[in-house]
Amino acid sequence: MGNLTDQLNKDIRFIEGLKACMNCGVCTAICPAAEFYQYDPRIICDTVQSGDDELIENLLRSETIWYCGECMSCKTRCPRGNTPGFIIMALRKLSQELGYFTDSEKGRQQFAIKRAIGNSILTTGYCVRPELVSPQHHPEQGPVWEWVYDNLPEVMEKTGANFKKSGPGALRQIEPEVLKELHQIFEITGGYSMFDIIEKHSVQKAHGMNLDPSSDGIDNQYFENTYTQNNGNHNH
Amino acid sequence: MKAEGKKKVWSDYQKNIADNHYFYVRSCIRQTFFPGSETTFLKILRNNLSKDIFEDARHTTCTGIGYHTDIVPFETLMTIIARQFALMTEAGYSHFVPSCVTSFGIYTEVLDTWKHFPETEEKTREYLWKATKREFKVPDNLAHTSDIIYKFRENISAISKYRLVNRKTGEPLNVVEHIGCHYSKMFPSSGVGGAEFPAVLTGMVESWGGNVIDYPERRHCCGFGFRQYLVKANRGYSLSNSKKKFESMQPYKPDFIVANCPGCAMFLDRWQYTIAEMEGTTYDQFGMGIPVLTYEEMAGLVLGYSPWEMGMQMHQVSVEPLLDKIGVEYQKNEKYKGLHGQDIGKPQKPQFLIV
Repeated sequence: MGNLTDQLNKDIRFIEGLKACMNCGVCTAICPAAEFYQYDPRIICDTVQSGDDELIENLLRSETIWYCGECMSCKTRCPRGNTPGFIIMALRKLSQELGYFTDSEKGRQQFAIKRAIGNSILTTGYCVRPELVSPQHHPEQGPVWEWVYDNLPEVMEKTGANFKKSGPGALRQIEPEVLKELHQIFEITGGYSMFDIIEKHSVQKAHGMNLDPSSDGIDNQYFENTYTQNNGNHNH
Repeated sequence: MKAEGKKKVWSDYQKNIADNHYFYVRSCIRQTFFPGSETTFLKILRNNLSKDIFEDARHTTCTGIGYHTDIVPFETLMTIIARQFALMTEAGYSHFVPSCVTSFGIYTEVLDTWKHFPETEEKTREYLWKATKREFKVPDNLAHTSDIIYKFRENISAISKYRLVNRKTGEPLNVVEHIGCHYSKMFPSSGVGGAEFPAVLTGMVESWGGNVIDYPERRHCCGFGFRQYLVKANRGYSLSNSKKKFESMQPYKPDFIVANCPGCAMFLDRWQYTIAEMEGTTYDQFGMGIPVLTYEEMAGLVLGYSPWEMGMQMHQVSVEPLLDKIGVEYQKNEKYKGLHGQDIGKPQKPQFLIV
């Protein structure tokens, strides 16, 4: 077994995800991503099970590992108790740690996700809040959402939310001392390290592509590129 | 199989749901798109069922969306979860109730991990203490909010104002129930009915007079896919999966769709608008789409709550055709008004989807 397999074996989700795959393909049959993308979880299992470092490195640098939607339908169906979705999570983590994720269009999207969702967690205490779902970035949300977005305090008040106020309730303001606890947890458990790794490799890549990533936020060229770019070669 | 045997088999698919004294945690997605559903859930528990349910303002996201978009490490997630458990422990509760299905899946995954890898629980306790000086007990009971409504479905039925029945024909309404993947596909024993026969929504619909539709893609994912929706370039994945479901359910003429996952409810609503605008296609007979409800909204309607105080004006697919079928009394002109009746404008009309 190679070095990359050793690294994967340190991840509990990899240990839980891969027991012994017999390549029956039931996971592929049930997989929503396999139906949409050029994606086959059976082959993912086969590749990581081979222990071949070269093949695994190719996978870590590929578009392929970013196609899974983590619905985990595969976990229910595998007759051998494997979970390709967990294997994918371990592969994505390793791809980011090694900086390989910026080699693929889909992998580079981790920058956009970190800047949007990561920032929201640390500044608001929630992964998503209504302010993040701008009609500009979410035209599919439709005109009713646009109306909600333009009238957030009034609409939210009517539904009983405690919009941006202290105390319990939906969409309340998360107090600074609570955010401080979140930050301390991120510091101690490696959450910040992961964010820093995504930033470091993404900024390098952005410069290589002559795109400005700015020091933070989503109003920059590299965010726009990673958030919207689709080369059209991902589907069947 | 004899009735006794069937009963024994079905008992394997049941889960223990605590009957009172809940510690409630909110959902990123539900409070963003369906804040009125969270309000309604708490009102039903407190006012209709006289249950004790407590919310600590200091709880936060579980970071589940960050975890499933692979930017938040498992160790960080487990410690955030541990902090939520610490708040529950400090408040004197032991029955943990998350509003979100992704969160529910996260909690089941973390508890399962701690069971199989006890050293990870130990490490998490160390991390939490170091970061916050907090300690926690593992919950005695973990139930999704839909489990709670399922448990008390007959109590709700007994005090219902409306039934899921067409007022004019007297026929049961045809209902598509959609269970969020992370409710029981990952850990079947954590959901009522397991992964094969999830009964959490079916139980509600049937208790309240409706008819559940069985259709080929009933258990297919709505298509959220985390990064597949959140990143604009990937949204074709999300849309295509919902489309597959709509095409599969259309021949059965559903009166409405109900979901226990807030993300699923939002996507199944919004993608109908998107498909209508892209292709001119809707999945009902009148070009209005199929109304999509959260289970709290469904329970609230049955109990006679105001659709607009529950936030049903935030749906893109209009709910009025459904309200009229049930016979719900509502003020048409109040739909887009503020809390005190003030005028805050109205949404624009879509080009194809009739509202």
